[in-house]
Amino acid sequence: MIFIKNSITRKNLMAITGLFLSFFLIIHLLGNLQLLLPAEEAQLQYNSYSHLLGGNILVKLVAYVLYLCIILHTLDAIYLSYKRKQANGISYAYDRRGRASSWYSRNMMALGIIIFVFLVIHFKDFWYHYKFGELPLDANGNKDLYTLVVLAFEQLWYVILYIIAILALGYHLLHGVFSAHRTIGLYHPMYNRIVRVLGVVFAATMTLGYIIIPLFLYFNLQS
Amino acid sequence: MKITLKIWRQRDAGSKGAFKEYHLDDVSRDMSFLEMLDTLNIKLIKQGELPVEFDHDCREGICGQCGVMINGIAHGPLKNTTTCQLHMRSFKDGDTIYVEPFKAAAFPIVRDLKVNRSALDHIIAAGGYVSVDTGQAPEANSIPITFEQAESAFDAAACIGCGACVASCKNSSAALFTSAKISHLSQLPQGDKETSTRVVSMVNEMEEEGFGFCTNTEACQVECPEDISVLNIARMNYEYNKARLVKK
Repeated sequence: MIFIKNSITRKNLMAITGLFLSFFLIIHLLGNLQLLLPAEEAQLQYNSYSHLLGGNILVKLVAYVLYLCIILHTLDAIYLSYKRKQANGISYAYDRRGRASSWYSRNMMALGIIIFVFLVIHFKDFWYHYKFGELPLDANGNKDLYTLVVLAFEQLWYVILYIIAILALGYHLLHGVFSAHRTIGLYHPMYNRIVRVLGVVFAATMTLGYIIIPLFLYFNLQS
Repeated sequence: MKITLKIWRQRDAGSKGAFKEYHLDDVSRDMSFLEMLDTLNIKLIKQGELPVEFDHDCREGICGQCGVMINGIAHGPLKNTTTCQLHMRSFKDGDTIYVEPFKAAAFPIVRDLKVNRSALDHIIAAGGYVSVDTGQAPEANSIPITFEQAESAFDAAACIGCGACVASCKNSSAALFTSAKISHLSQLPQGDKETSTRVVSMVNEMEEEGFGFCTNTEACQVECPEDISVLNIARMNYEYNKARLVKK
């Protein structure tokens, strides 16, 4: 990958991996919405769903593509940031260029770093524990991931951390989804308008969806 | 009007530059920004100082020669105008105005506010033309083209190559400039024949000149004197991807 010097090709890679990750977000959200069911039902259903995912070869294959996409998207971002620094040369002494674009479109890297740090924590706390850790079994004999998740969201700081990360993700998507379509060459004005609106709807839905889960679990446990 | 100017003074590309403060007491509201700079230069010459160097030519907004950062914005506060078409009535009495050259690695500073924008010419030289033998003007109706198509190509062709897109871009990308030419020629029957070779060659040249990549912040169109559409960039990407993936 380091041999691809061309920036349009680089940006294509960024766009395609980004779009795949965005698609994954939908599936991940739909799965996690099961956490909102009544506690006993949620525990059994969520654990059996997790078990089903873990055992399916096709899901495993997609998971490997997902890991690859996260790595490529991150490495590409680092490379492109380095290229940006090179192209910028000396910076402006008095800079008011910000009026012409949105703050989140200019700070995709900063938002990306927040998301990346979050992902490391997220993977460590749930994915790593589920895959390699010792978990008690539920009534159906499945690993009890549900209890692990619920206990994690008992802590207020953890819920706040999640909300900050999800807001960063929301803004990242708000620019990323439409920008990715432009990068791969969608130039027709009508489709651009559609993608722009759908991008906003998508970003808002994902943000709301992912924020509701930790909030629901936290307040549900408090009561 | 009384105006305080903080102008970037720099001897050449190698030396260090800094803002220098100047005061003008009798600025007319109807002066263009460049006329105001002329007034300053006359004053400086009379005082035996070196005048502020800046690029300019037609002073009617069509040549693309003028262009500086005014209060941190390419071509100043008015959207979709060149520096020469900006008038002092856009400022208030007593204002302090910061004037800086366009900055990008591909635009080395020649002196003061003057930068070398030859990199843009090199991109055009790499393919921004139609390879035809010139001669007499051909019969206008021999190649039919619709009005809408011609207008759309002309919208892209309106780029004056001032470099404000590069200066406004956080990545110092020349994507809007390059894509405007690619889009202009690919929409016309004469130019379309060479689209795939042109796009690859111009994009490669853009990279070699040291311009950055596009992240679709769309700041370029906002500050572009000709309001060149960012959708041209998407068209360039489409043509580039097609040329690399489909064409031999």
